Amino acid sequence: MNFIKLCVAGVVAILVLANVAFAVLPDEMLKDPNLEARARVISQDLRCLVCQNQSIDDSNAPLAKDLRIIVRERLTAGDTNEQVFAYVVARYGNYVLLKPPLQTDTLVLWLMPFALLIVALGTVAFYLRKRPQFESEDGIEPDAEIPRR
Amino acid sequence: MALPALGFAGLAGVFALGLRSDPKLIPSPLIGLKVPKFDLPPVKGKTLGLSSTNLLGEVSLVNVFASWCVACRAEHPIFMRLSQDKSVPLHGINYKDAPDDAAKWLDTMGDPYTRTGADLDGRVAIDWGVYGVPETFVVGADGTIAYKHIGAVTGEVMSNTLLPLVERLRKGAAA
Repeated sequence: MNFIKLCVAGVVAILVLANVAFAVLPDEMLKDPNLEARARVISQDLRCLVCQNQSIDDSNAPLAKDLRIIVRERLTAGDTNEQVFAYVVARYGNYVLLKPPLQTDTLVLWLMPFALLIVALGTVAFYLRKRPQFESEDGIEPDAEIPRR
Repeated sequence: MALPALGFAGLAGVFALGLRSDPKLIPSPLIGLKVPKFDLPPVKGKTLGLSSTNLLGEVSLVNVFASWCVACRAEHPIFMRLSQDKSVPLHGINYKDAPDDAAKWLDTMGDPYTRTGADLDGRVAIDWGVYGVPETFVVGADGTIAYKHIGAVTGEVMSNTLLPLVERLRKGAAA
């Protein structure tokens, strides 16, 4: 039992400690807690271009660090969050946004899930309606219990 | 019956197309825009720095490089050949390099650049939308960024893409 407890404690410790491992270094942080909070929110939505599925807030890449510092400089200079995003997008394109904006060239991206849902529901409705309710075509009664897979 | 199979084939087709494109190549929003305003001092030991005004008046190539970058070493001979041909001026932006390392690189391997700018903190490169070295830009005579090549320039890229574009830009400017 003690061994299991030890294992659980170990796993908990790993999970907790893993969360402490920020990429944002203390010397990057702004003194103003409001600005720092905004910087964190912004950098969590900016893609690191080096390790592409991480935000710059998560990434240890040098470029991500540079961009984090730029985000903070822009905020200190009085930019709104939108202006900071615009600053980075002007250099790296919409690709840096982890939440792509809704515009003409991203319509497919945004509408595809809904289109697929409609197609899927339509297909299900079509097959359910076509299928005989209680009898199969050869007249044999289907099993009352459908085996679960 | 055929519908699921068709659906699968369609999806597989889309994925196959997706596999062909390299996710590391991110299209730059700066193509067709003027080069960002910048003014960099020369690399240690060189006399000519690089600024945005230096890129006006003539079609040129701008190569972002660093001595710590392996792919830069691979493309360096291509640039040495280019500078011997004198077909188009090549300028270098030295990205986040220790001044001594950059100087040693150019001294030992040869300096193919007409002008070099030392971008010590990498800020100018960020203004250029650089996200990795090497990157090579083709800049028109009016200072417009016409093209960006990401990664090492090979002989093929140089003769099939970059140099033909330089020719087209020259003709366009003359016409």
